[in-house]
Amino acid sequence: MSGPQPSGETLLSVRDLRKHFAITGGVFSRVVDKVHAVDGVSFDIAAGETLGLVGESGCGKSTTGRCILRLIEPSSGEVLFQGADVTKMKTDALRALRRDMQIIFQDPYASLNPRLTVGAIIGEALTIHNLAASRQALEDRVVQLLETVGLQPDHMRRFPHEFSGGQRQRIGIARALAVEPKLVICDEPVSALDVSIQAQVINLLEDLQEQFGLTYLFIAHDLSVVEHISTRVAVMYLGRVVEIAPSRDLYDNPLHPYTEALLSAVPIPDPTVKRKRIMLQGDVPNPIRPPSGCHFHTRCPIAKPDCAQRVPELRESKPGHWVSCHYRG
Amino acid sequence: MRSTRAESSDASVCVAEPLLDIRGLKTWFKTDDGMVRAVDGVDLHIDRGETLGVVGESGCGKTVTARSVLKLIDMPPGRFEDGEILWQGRNLIPLEQAEMNKIRAREIAIIFQEPMTSLNPVYTVGDQIAEVIELHQKLSRKQALVGAAEMLRLVNIPHPQRRVHDYPHQFSGGMRQRVMIAMALSCQPKLLIADEPTTALDVTIQAQILELMQEMKDKFGMAIMLITHAMGVVAETCQRVTVMYAGKVVEEAPVEALFGNPRHPYTQGLIRSIPRVDRAAEKKQRLEAIAGTVPSLLDPPPGCRFASRCKHAMEVCTRAMPPLKEVGPGHFVRCVL
Repeated sequence: MSGPQPSGETLLSVRDLRKHFAITGGVFSRVVDKVHAVDGVSFDIAAGETLGLVGESGCGKSTTGRCILRLIEPSSGEVLFQGADVTKMKTDALRALRRDMQIIFQDPYASLNPRLTVGAIIGEALTIHNLAASRQALEDRVVQLLETVGLQPDHMRRFPHEFSGGQRQRIGIARALAVEPKLVICDEPVSALDVSIQAQVINLLEDLQEQFGLTYLFIAHDLSVVEHISTRVAVMYLGRVVEIAPSRDLYDNPLHPYTEALLSAVPIPDPTVKRKRIMLQGDVPNPIRPPSGCHFHTRCPIAKPDCAQRVPELRESKPGHWVSCHYRG
Repeated sequence: MRSTRAESSDASVCVAEPLLDIRGLKTWFKTDDGMVRAVDGVDLHIDRGETLGVVGESGCGKTVTARSVLKLIDMPPGRFEDGEILWQGRNLIPLEQAEMNKIRAREIAIIFQEPMTSLNPVYTVGDQIAEVIELHQKLSRKQALVGAAEMLRLVNIPHPQRRVHDYPHQFSGGMRQRVMIAMALSCQPKLLIADEPTTALDVTIQAQILELMQEMKDKFGMAIMLITHAMGVVAETCQRVTVMYAGKVVEEAPVEALFGNPRHPYTQGLIRSIPRVDRAAEKKQRLEAIAGTVPSLLDPPPGCRFASRCKHAMEVCTRAMPPLKEVGPGHFVRCVL
């Protein structure tokens, strides 16, 4: 199966990625059920672009990001980074790969070791990958990284608790950049931050992308942030990608009824704008027993009886605009 | 601000007494490092039946202001340093617990951000709603449970007769917030304080809850004090907005004026720093970030609290706190510009 193709040279290809978490129960911890967190996800990311991955809580977007890095072992599927299958790599190869792929986490409080100085946090990866010839070289590089993300050189001797949320996120970014990665997976990097600080971090990520030619997989639930930063956007619902399109195309002309409803639910900070809101009924169904056929049919305003029977394929409706719906596109 | 508002009301027609009138409220907290001035001279008022948005970033004092109204602040370490909270003309600050309990839920109710931690996990939701009804309306347990089921039906929870016997963990996040709203409205309060009611929810569920709150408001005619950091939510639900920064009100205006003509540099920055989904077709612009971070409330400098981050700051800004002045009908701003 070939997934939606970006225009440039492909850096990462995800093919039919699945992750099922086992739910155990009973005296012998038998597997009684499975959560289908990621249920057959495919997409490509071109070098230098930002692919946004959006969806509501529990749709599998973070699990997808972590499976790509093998922070979580995928159940099946392929993750091809520059042609090499990440899912089959042994420990050594994987460690080498981590130089090329880094991650920035959501919670700037939980993702930095409170017992290490900022210098040690950023320098750790440099030491592991033997990227610094001497102590002096290491320190110089840390200072350089701190300045790149807008912090002061003397911050390297301080501990994480001495920084605000926005500054900590900058430390997390400096740590990711230390090994000069090609791909950075940003897992909700701004959702724990206040809006004025959020804008600072988004601007920084954009500047760094330009400066170092980075490729981002930007995972977030905030559609306005994703629209702003992404070249293309993939929308996930209950473990599956329902739509992928160039960012502007997706927002101007959403095809999947879920994308449409999601977009119309975003509040607009302008009281003069009045829109028609598509109200979705009910909650996201339980991923242990997702609905049959199209996962969205239970809440879909245009569902027909056969939506419960047939699983829609992700197909290209217009050049570059992929949608998985029987009746749209 | 009191004087400014008095002048303006003299000039126009005499306005009716507001439902809630907070004047010069200072709620401070004693910590090991010194006094934290979380709320440092806040004036705001809410009229009957209106929705007032209180916006600001973490630590600006919006939640402490809300909790001060219901006196839900632990004292110590907190204390009311100064000011009045006039509820229909009566100052709540000197009231004893027993008196406050008569006002809580029956006249002013509150819903919180995190619906899981604000419900008791070991009682059914029916029991918890019935408790409020029983206590404040002097009904029997049986009648109160009927009332609880009726409230669940009102907030559009399917199968209310059955769900009333369920425990909080059996509900999803959005459904729990519906339960909280049912509980808050069970005594038909005149004011509902909603403290970040949709922050923990997904965007499609947020839309459902905001719609429900509007529906309930139309039905019961209560006023709402909506505390949030999301400018989009404010624009879509409020009539008037108060913007807070570092324990102070920096701007207050009708919602159209605030978004159409924001006067305080902080408000301007807040509005411009949000990416807009509806402007996808236009040229992508760089976001306008506000440099720096929120100042410490431990020992705030004498001047404008925003001066250190303000791109228009002048020497005078660091000397004295500017007063709130009226720049348009009902539009107040705390800035020398």
